[in-house]
Amino acid sequence: MKRVFVRLALAAVLGATASVASAQTLNTIKQRGSLNCGANGTLAGFGLPDSQGRWTGLDVDFCKALAAAIFNDPNKVKFVPLTAKDRFTALQSGEVDVLARNTTWTSSRDTSLGLNFTAVNYYDGQGFMVRKSLKVNSALELNDAAICVQQGTTTELNLADYFRANKMKLKTVTFATADEALKAYDASRCDAYTTDASGLAGERLRLANTNDHIILPEIISKEPLGPVVRHGDDQWFDIVKWTHYAMVTAEEFGVTRSNVDDQAKSDNPEIKRLLGTEGKHGEALGLPNDWAARIVKHVGNYGEAFERNVGQGSALKIGRGINALWNKGGLQYAPPIR
Amino acid sequence: MSAVDTGRSRTALIYNPRIRGFVYQALLCAAIAFLAWGAISNAIDNLARAKIASGFGFWHNTAGFDISQTLIEYSTTSTYGRAFWVGLLNTLLVAGLGIVLATVLGFIIGIARLSTNWLVARLAGVYVELIRNLPLLLQLLFWYNAVLKVLPEVRDSFLVPGGGLLNNRGLFLPQPVFHERFLAVAAALAVAIVLAVAYRVFAKRRQMRTGQPAPVLIVAAAMVIGLPLAALIVTGFPVDFTYPERGRFNVRGGIEVLPEFMALLFGLVIYTAAFIAEVVRAGIQAVAKGQAEAAYSLGLRPGPTLRLVVMPQAMRVIVPPLTSQYLNLTKNSSLAVAIGYPDLVQIFTGTVLNQTGQAIEVVVITMAVYLTISLVTSLLMNLYNRRVSLAER
Repeated sequence: MKRVFVRLALAAVLGATASVASAQTLNTIKQRGSLNCGANGTLAGFGLPDSQGRWTGLDVDFCKALAAAIFNDPNKVKFVPLTAKDRFTALQSGEVDVLARNTTWTSSRDTSLGLNFTAVNYYDGQGFMVRKSLKVNSALELNDAAICVQQGTTTELNLADYFRANKMKLKTVTFATADEALKAYDASRCDAYTTDASGLAGERLRLANTNDHIILPEIISKEPLGPVVRHGDDQWFDIVKWTHYAMVTAEEFGVTRSNVDDQAKSDNPEIKRLLGTEGKHGEALGLPNDWAARIVKHVGNYGEAFERNVGQGSALKIGRGINALWNKGGLQYAPPIR
Repeated sequence: MSAVDTGRSRTALIYNPRIRGFVYQALLCAAIAFLAWGAISNAIDNLARAKIASGFGFWHNTAGFDISQTLIEYSTTSTYGRAFWVGLLNTLLVAGLGIVLATVLGFIIGIARLSTNWLVARLAGVYVELIRNLPLLLQLLFWYNAVLKVLPEVRDSFLVPGGGLLNNRGLFLPQPVFHERFLAVAAALAVAIVLAVAYRVFAKRRQMRTGQPAPVLIVAAAMVIGLPLAALIVTGFPVDFTYPERGRFNVRGGIEVLPEFMALLFGLVIYTAAFIAEVVRAGIQAVAKGQAEAAYSLGLRPGPTLRLVVMPQAMRVIVPPLTSQYLNLTKNSSLAVAIGYPDLVQIFTGTVLNQTGQAIEVVVITMAVYLTISLVTSLLMNLYNRRVSLAER
């Protein structure tokens, strides 16, 4: 916290370019030779280094996709693990170039923090986890319960709203990190633990006796999670936004990691524009024309990243649900590349 | 002649050390003021250009989050300003109680370390060396986890004599509800305190005059306890208690002491007491041995010697470093954030900062608060120090 604040203060005071981004982010990243990505260091499925220090997760793959588009090398990323409460300051101060840390898009965050949300790479909602032994079947039965929650999140606010709206009493126990909140829940300090439903699935697996805990059916909020950039650099904003759309488009047209080289010879004009064999859509972003082909080759399309990190290929086994493509009943929809 | 004079005075002006000193200081002040002005205006400029909200308008906005311990009324619809006061009071509560308890424990350990009893002195020594050589954050996490692990779940609560409950959700005590007649009891207590003080003054004067000591402590205690007790009986116990009850999940009613609060208070007191013990030991050892020996040769027993001869002189040495320990305890209370106790740092530079995104304003306010608390503590201790240090001859 202190370190981040000092950097912000220094940047603000000395007028360093970091806090006042002006179409320089891409050049800075190229000169530095790597992308600084603000990530969650403790959330399975979204951002978590494994025992060998290799980062995995949906948000991690998003940063790798950005690095692939810029450098043709998904490993030119430096991941900066951030807590929920320090993340915005780190982005504002220029410590990271992009914040891909399961961050909920809200109007006040979009307007008063000097930041811009780019796209939604995971549609989430807040849920509750309780011990089976409590015999609770619905969040509406949680009147008077003690609930552990992480600080500096929309979760904290939704929780208070939900209990107020349903005229229930609440005892919140707030912790600085998700780790501490979960540990306190595991030690029976609280009756329930609340966070985004995707987070619950991951956190549940980290508890001592996974099967003693259930996730309640209620989803009490909308949590559109997506990558965030600083205000003021429209080129970088476009690059980050279209990196996500390129991954969604690739899934829509069946371009996968394994078939991307063959698909480059495809006659389908949509695929040709996506992979850069027709038009100059990459150049318009300040990237090479095969930017999207690089993303798919190194990281895969959106569906592949989803299944690998949070879906059937992972321990979380979360279904696509509303994160399916728009033509399969979900909300993932990319504007056309043309 | 006159030309020589002006020449000399001009030279004198340049080489006059007082004037030169004044000019240098004025220049330095101007340079600092310029830098500060530049920094502030630059910061405002950059924040505006980066479209980051600034100013203190957020103070009156709705906070929307819940706080587990509130000494004043607070709900999720209260403002950020209200949340600030809640956090500040929580900090002052833990710091104030911590200072009192750490002082008591520290003096006991410090004196015990100099005990002629081998076992007592060694135990005190082990305590000091063990506690002050471990990082406070680790100790806090240890106490917090210990509290949660040792205490039972709500349904297996320990029963505290008198109708309280102790479990891993905290300590729940019966809450007294006072009737109007209780005013008589309060009045009796006030009268008793006045009488006790008066008696002490009287006893001291008499001892000065005649050399006759009086049992001040026993008489004062009898008054302070006896009078209100008599008033209680006469008015027919005008106080009821609401007892905590076990609900479906938690305990309802009663006075609630959070486990986070217990762990933080415990950790801070135990840690700071180790340092205070060393300060006390150093203070006592700084008093010349001859003082105690002189007191013994006058026939004073070890207790009165310590109390009347050694400690008053030791206090001169003890008070200044003791002040530092008080300041450390207050500042260390901000480690509360690690164990979920809602102090000023946790609420204000945690949740409020994150929700408003106004890092500079929030951190500046918080620093100003800690600075104020520390300066007030220093001021009070300096006043006390002036009183005890007058005893020097």
